Amino acid sequence: MIYLQNIGTYFLMIVEMFRKPTKWCAMRQLILKDMDDLIIGSLGIVAFISFFVGGVVTIQTALNLDNPFLPKSLIGFATRQSIILEFAPTFISIIMAGKVGSFITSSIGTMRVTEQIDALEVMGINSLNYLVFPKFIALTLYPFVISIAMFLGIYGGLIACVYGGFATLEEYITGIQSEFTPFHVTYAFIKTFVFAFILATIPSYHGFYMKGGALEVGKASTASFVWTSVVIILLNYILTQMLLS
Amino acid sequence: MIDVKNIHKSFSGVEVLKGISTTFEKGKTNLIIGQSGSGKTVFMKCLLGLFDYEEGTISYDGKIFSNLTEDEKRNLRAEIGMVFQGSALFDSMTIAENVMFPLKMFTKQSKSEMEDRVDFVLKRVNLIDAHNKMPSEASGGMQKRVAIARAIVNKPKYLFCDEPNSGLDPKTAIIIDNLIQEITDEYQIITVINSHDMNSVMEIGEKIVFLKDGLKAWEGSKDNIFKTDNKAVTDFVYSSELMKKVRQMYIEEKK
Ligand SMILES: Nc1ncnc2c1ncn2[C@@H]1O[C@H](COP(=O)(O)OP(=O)(O)OP(=O)(O)O)[C@@H](O)[C@H]1O
Ligand SMILES: [Mg+2]
Repeated sequence: MIYLQNIGTYFLMIVEMFRKPTKWCAMRQLILKDMDDLIIGSLGIVAFISFFVGGVVTIQTALNLDNPFLPKSLIGFATRQSIILEFAPTFISIIMAGKVGSFITSSIGTMRVTEQIDALEVMGINSLNYLVFPKFIALTLYPFVISIAMFLGIYGGLIACVYGGFATLEEYITGIQSEFTPFHVTYAFIKTFVFAFILATIPSYHGFYMKGGALEVGKASTASFVWTSVVIILLNYILTQMLLS
Repeated sequence: MIDVKNIHKSFSGVEVLKGISTTFEKGKTNLIIGQSGSGKTVFMKCLLGLFDYEEGTISYDGKIFSNLTEDEKRNLRAEIGMVFQGSALFDSMTIAENVMFPLKMFTKQSKSEMEDRVDFVLKRVNLIDAHNKMPSEASGGMQKRVAIARAIVNKPKYLFCDEPNSGLDPKTAIIIDNLIQEITDEYQIITVINSHDMNSVMEIGEKIVFLKDGLKAWEGSKDNIFKTDNKAVTDFVYSSELMKKVRQMYIEEKK
């Protein structure tokens, strides 16, 4: 019962977020600030993780391909597939649920606890539009983060493959170019857009509707990470079923 | 005029407000006093529509608040200035940006006009060199004064202050009290102040509503609060030695 109520509140929040827009000159600043916090601020960790996980994926594929009849280019092929289809869009989104999600929940939650949201409301400002909408717009840039993750993942694989002596550069390049299905990239970016929306709204929901004090802000951040991840994993399953099979 | 009729409010079954009715008039400083925990803050938040109440009506100049649409509520609230008990400054903005915020949101003034207005109100609350500090770098009393500056910067029609001078030294407290009274008189606005400070009561209590245990126990002005025999009020007002002496002198003066 309580779950149904929460889901209802969540959807009402999304409707309310688009109503009574804040003045553009103020909104523009908020959007730029959120782009800096949420997108630019995440590039470092995303680049780092993508590069090294790409390398690990390649090494493990290479070690499992010990049959001499299989061409070495399969290493590149397998790396590309797992990174574009799954690793970059989904795995990075889970990491972002921890990084960006808990940041959003705790910053909005702190504003709730210290009555800053009440102060906005009392001034006649639509606080949901003021707080959540700029995050949503900033996260429409999230696919760029994922493109970078894809590139660096494959690049990390290349370095690990060539310098680890598992295959030559030519074999790896042939691998990543073979049997390329453009729709797989479309599929990955459709997922990315959906996850971006989830990353902006679920943590905001947990921050905005929290009650209590500083301790509850911490609890809300944890709950927000758990729920964002759960929803991302479930939607990942549903979207894959719908788009790929 | 703000007209309050029979407000009931409870939190998970515990009734905090048990039916409060009163009116707040234009151009007067209305004080709500009462012990800590008597429901002053809850009452003020009900007035502003930040809390839903189970029973009763609140009308602003004839318009019943709970019957307004969301947009009408927001338009009404654009004319409200509020000082929260905990200041509620936006901690991502500097002090000057905090004060400028309502102007930026609701007026079409140029940047220099807004800056002039911000300088003016910050001067009125006795803050001249704190423009670029962040709220976290300001003292509690400074934060309070910034909150007051932010509440009055856009010349509100209704001003609500939840303990505007708690945490201030006596001298600054009186400056703030007088400022609120001047503004109320100058712009003929409706001002509602929560307080438990007897100095404020004596300075600016043009109308006083005394809350006790969620009920309105007494109502009057600063002139007759010293004369009343209402037990609840005398207990509250004459709790300190100083006030007991004041009453003694008052009674002797009358003789
Ligand atoms: N959000 C809330 N949830 C549950 N109970 C609350 C809530 N807010 C206030 N109360 C209760 O309502 C009662 C009145 O609180 P209120 O904050 O109005 O007191 P107050 O008169 O403003 O006191 P003070 O002078 O200390 O600020 C208290 O018993 C408090 O525990
Ligand atoms: Mg209070």
